Amino acid sequence: MKIDSIKNGIVIDHISAGNSMRLYYLLHLDTLECPVALIQNAASNKSGKKDIIKIDGEWELNLDVLGYVDSAVTVNIIKDGKIVEKITPSMPQTLENVLFCKNPRCITGVEQELPHIFKLTDPKKRIYRCLYCESKA
Amino acid sequence: MKHLIDIKDFSTQELDALIRVAKDIMKHPENYAHKCAGKKLATLFFEPSTRTRLSFEAAMYELGGHVLGFSEADSSSAAKGESVADTARIVSCYADIIAMRHPKEGAPLVAAMNCPIPVINAGDGGHNHPTQTLTDLLSISVEKGRLDNMTIGLCGDLKFGRTVHSLIAAMSEYSGIKFVLISPEELKLPGYVKDILKSKNIPFEQTASLEESMPKLDILYMTRVQRERFFNEEDYLRLKNSYILTPQKLHNAKEDLCILHPLPRVNEISTAVDSDPRACYFKQALYGKYIRMALILKLLEVE
Repeated sequence: MKIDSIKNGIVIDHISAGNSMRLYYLLHLDTLECPVALIQNAASNKSGKKDIIKIDGEWELNLDVLGYVDSAVTVNIIKDGKIVEKITPSMPQTLENVLFCKNPRCITGVEQELPHIFKLTDPKKRIYRCLYCESKA
Repeated sequence: MKHLIDIKDFSTQELDALIRVAKDIMKHPENYAHKCAGKKLATLFFEPSTRTRLSFEAAMYELGGHVLGFSEADSSSAAKGESVADTARIVSCYADIIAMRHPKEGAPLVAAMNCPIPVINAGDGGHNHPTQTLTDLLSISVEKGRLDNMTIGLCGDLKFGRTVHSLIAAMSEYSGIKFVLISPEELKLPGYVKDILKSKNIPFEQTASLEESMPKLDILYMTRVQRERFFNEEDYLRLKNSYILTPQKLHNAKEDLCILHPLPRVNEISTAVDSDPRACYFKQALYGKYIRMALILKLLEVE
């Protein structure tokens, strides 16, 4: 894979430096079979340094995860070597099975089949709380 | 259809309406004696809580309804590993409304999300206990004749006390409320609850002295200082007696002070205070039955 030339795929750009590994796992990119490139500390005119993730293959991206982790991110959808769509993910109101409640007293700790749902309770401070026990993410 | 999982599920207008109905029930219980005839309340208590369960059961009986359920997890299908969602679904085939207590936080919400009948949270671990807050609101309203323009002292364990946090959230909706937060340093109100007060510009002061605060209080809400909350025994021994209410500490209190406590009391209110006309905590338990009657009527949409 040439990192700078994707034909059909996704480029997640302007990731705040240091956030790419977190995104990599939250998006489950480790389970993909197509080439995935993760670039850390690339030069950025806006912020000095940024991370970039390039996925060389068509794949349904969970924009909620991106909006949750990093509001600076932009997503470029590449088709036939050209950017056909640019997306700026916003902070999602709810996250399902992205975060997992760590409160040992939460019902999700004993009932394994329950979806782990977090709700945005303070957009300014970017605080999400467990739907069931209200513990902070 | 509505559930009561968190006190925030009800608007101030809905809370006021519930209080009005509860007061009417107190005045004219005979008018309500058959309102729930043919209806069944399921009390699903996955952990024991005698007072809350009996209060719900008495409430339903006084409305002419019936009660079924269990009072500990061992005697329920949970002991066989059934999920809360499945238990709620099954119970909804046999009852019209559920009151659930569960040691795990969020369990009543799971029940509400999975069954077609109203669910009342009767306490989920250390998380929410909205019918205690309803009880507190009715107690204040009856004893003081209002829910606005008063100074409320909250004393004891303000850090872990869920009843305190819910009461602050509910009372913050009324005008002219001031809070005096009386606790040892180790058990101060958490920052996120103070943030609610700050965001609504509600005046509050923090102090460690119950005696100094006493003259300004209209309500004194006592809670228990629990030994297990302290990191070391010395601190507990040093502080535990500071927050025991005695007749001596009431000498400079207002004559119309109203003393409340969610109960059970251990030693934080001396029994010598019980005969003081300002002691309202046993009446508070009675008010709990009336507000639960009003709640059952509302959730069952009985006119």
